[in-house]
Amino acid sequence: MSAAITAEHLTIRFGSFTAVNDVSFAVEKGEIFGFLGPNGSGKTTIIKALCGLLKPSAGTGTILGMDIRKDAAEIKQRVGYMSQKFGLYEDLTVAENINFYAGVYGISGRQAEQRKDEVLALTGIEHYLNRRAAQLSGGWKQRLALACAIIHSPEVVFLDEPTAGIDPVARRALWDLLFRLSGQGVTFFVTTHYMDEAERCGRVGYIYLSNLVAIGTVPELQRLPAANPPHTSRIQITTANASAMLDPVRGMSGVREATIFGQSIHALVETDKIDALKAHLPQARIEVITPSLEDVFVTLTYRIMEAAQ
Amino acid sequence: MKHLFHGLLPVCRKEVLHILRDRGTLFFALLIPMVQLFLFGFAIDTNVRQIPTVVLDESHTQESRQLLQRFAASDVFALREYVQSPQGLYEAIQAGHARVGIRIPPDYARHLLDGSTATVLLLVDGSDSSVASQAVNTASGVTLQQSLARVLPSGKIPIDVRPSVLYNPSTRSANFFVPGLIGILLQMMTILMIALSLVRERERGTLEQLTMTPVAPLGLMCGKMIPYGILAFAELCLILFVMRVVFLVPIHGNVFVLLAMSLPFLLTVLGLGLVISTRARTQAEAFQLSMGTILPSVFLSGYIFLIGNMPPFFKAVSAIIPTTYYIRILRGIILRGAGLGELWVDGVVLTVMGCATILLAARQFVRQSAN
Repeated sequence: MSAAITAEHLTIRFGSFTAVNDVSFAVEKGEIFGFLGPNGSGKTTIIKALCGLLKPSAGTGTILGMDIRKDAAEIKQRVGYMSQKFGLYEDLTVAENINFYAGVYGISGRQAEQRKDEVLALTGIEHYLNRRAAQLSGGWKQRLALACAIIHSPEVVFLDEPTAGIDPVARRALWDLLFRLSGQGVTFFVTTHYMDEAERCGRVGYIYLSNLVAIGTVPELQRLPAANPPHTSRIQITTANASAMLDPVRGMSGVREATIFGQSIHALVETDKIDALKAHLPQARIEVITPSLEDVFVTLTYRIMEAAQ
Repeated sequence: MKHLFHGLLPVCRKEVLHILRDRGTLFFALLIPMVQLFLFGFAIDTNVRQIPTVVLDESHTQESRQLLQRFAASDVFALREYVQSPQGLYEAIQAGHARVGIRIPPDYARHLLDGSTATVLLLVDGSDSSVASQAVNTASGVTLQQSLARVLPSGKIPIDVRPSVLYNPSTRSANFFVPGLIGILLQMMTILMIALSLVRERERGTLEQLTMTPVAPLGLMCGKMIPYGILAFAELCLILFVMRVVFLVPIHGNVFVLLAMSLPFLLTVLGLGLVISTRARTQAEAFQLSMGTILPSVFLSGYIFLIGNMPPFFKAVSAIIPTTYYIRILRGIILRGAGLGELWVDGVVLTVMGCATILLAARQFVRQSAN
């Protein structure tokens, strides 16, 4: 099986600023690849480079075997893109938006009609055909944007923070759609801030300060040595007043990091200090857990920040 | 070729929908220039008539009354006020209810009768230079005629100038200003509309989306230029119609030549609008930049001030303003009945300018979509 997307030592500089530094990865066909990282870490820049909009300063990449440096025009025709801004014309109706993007991708006649019926059925937006995009709710706008982004049956789809500002029901509906499409062989490259979304992805990459810090399946990342330093354990402290206890816990010896997680505290502690901690907090329930994806990324980020200082 | 203009038709179709949906823009596009045409067309009149004049007649004779009658008959002076002292004369001018003061001294009639030179004082408020020069010129003419009439008993004047004003015989200001105004209005409307339409796409993120599709820069640019170009052309026809029917400005030349020669001008201003749209990040910024192009076009294109009287620097500036050439074409065809034979140079310059701005806009576009 060949890779749908590859990046090889991809580096992009704007003047003296390095936006993407020596990033390499591969995404298999039909995979949903999640890309996480804070704002400004280089996620959108990588997407633009992979779509052929930006010439890499060094390194290269391929989409469906095509060179991103040479085949930009061909790549655009076979790739779909949906951004958090959706790229919809709010004064046009649902049908007019879809027609426009069909025209832009050069689909016409019977093929266009057939494809339109398919995306309408898939996204379930056929009841709103004559409604202006401005009058749709966030969730329906997002479905319309997806319908426009896949009108030309792309084999690879980039979704740049597609669920920002969308309610949970609409988010789940979108993910159901993505799974259905990926089952048909469409490859997805999804950037997101949401950890629960990242956990739905087959594989996840974490980019921080222009560098790809970690990549792998969720269990692989949870077992990552960098996120589980030797002689430490990840524990969950369940206590009555978790938020009030956070600062005291952070101040205890052997606690490397601690954060609130719902009604409990997640902490990275030196393993031989756990008993002392239990003695300090007799009323709390303390158990060793596997780190969540968020724990992993927070630990990785701290390590980089420490290394930088 | 198809590749170079990819996406032209869908963009064109979508833009027509935008124009039809957005009543505000359509209103702005069609009605505002009309309103401006009426405002400017009726308000601007540079012919000086009926200057309020104050009179101090200390002579009180038949001769002095005769002179004042000549002043009144010129239509330039309106003798509104009679005062009894020199001070009253100054006060009337300073207060602003008179622009000119005429003082005829007590010895006026006596000097006339004994053959020596009689003097008449003319006080002119110089704060408006065109009023002042008109007053001085007319007053010298009036007094000269009166003098000649006295010297020549037959009443026959040796030389009589018979002015024959060509092309605009009644020297109506509207005939001069309205054709020029067409250029200014077209420029304002066209640049603003196309620049706003592109910057709106940037603000809403649809431009980013388009750069990810196979739409070619030229396809996008031309797809926008065609509908706005057609709209501007329709507006041009409407303005010409109103000019002819409401302002009664006759079109002496061939109206089809005029329409044809308007195309390179429209191309240029559409291109300018596109260049502006690549510079502006917000609609407010695009609005300001568009208005910035209007000022030099109003003042340095020959629309108001004669280019011939400008210092060399401003002459050079006026030579790079497209409106300069278009106004020359408009006035040439509408007022003087000129044709391609006289105006082809202006047409060629505009065509070159049009192609240059389009190429510049295309280059900016490609450069920008790569960021």
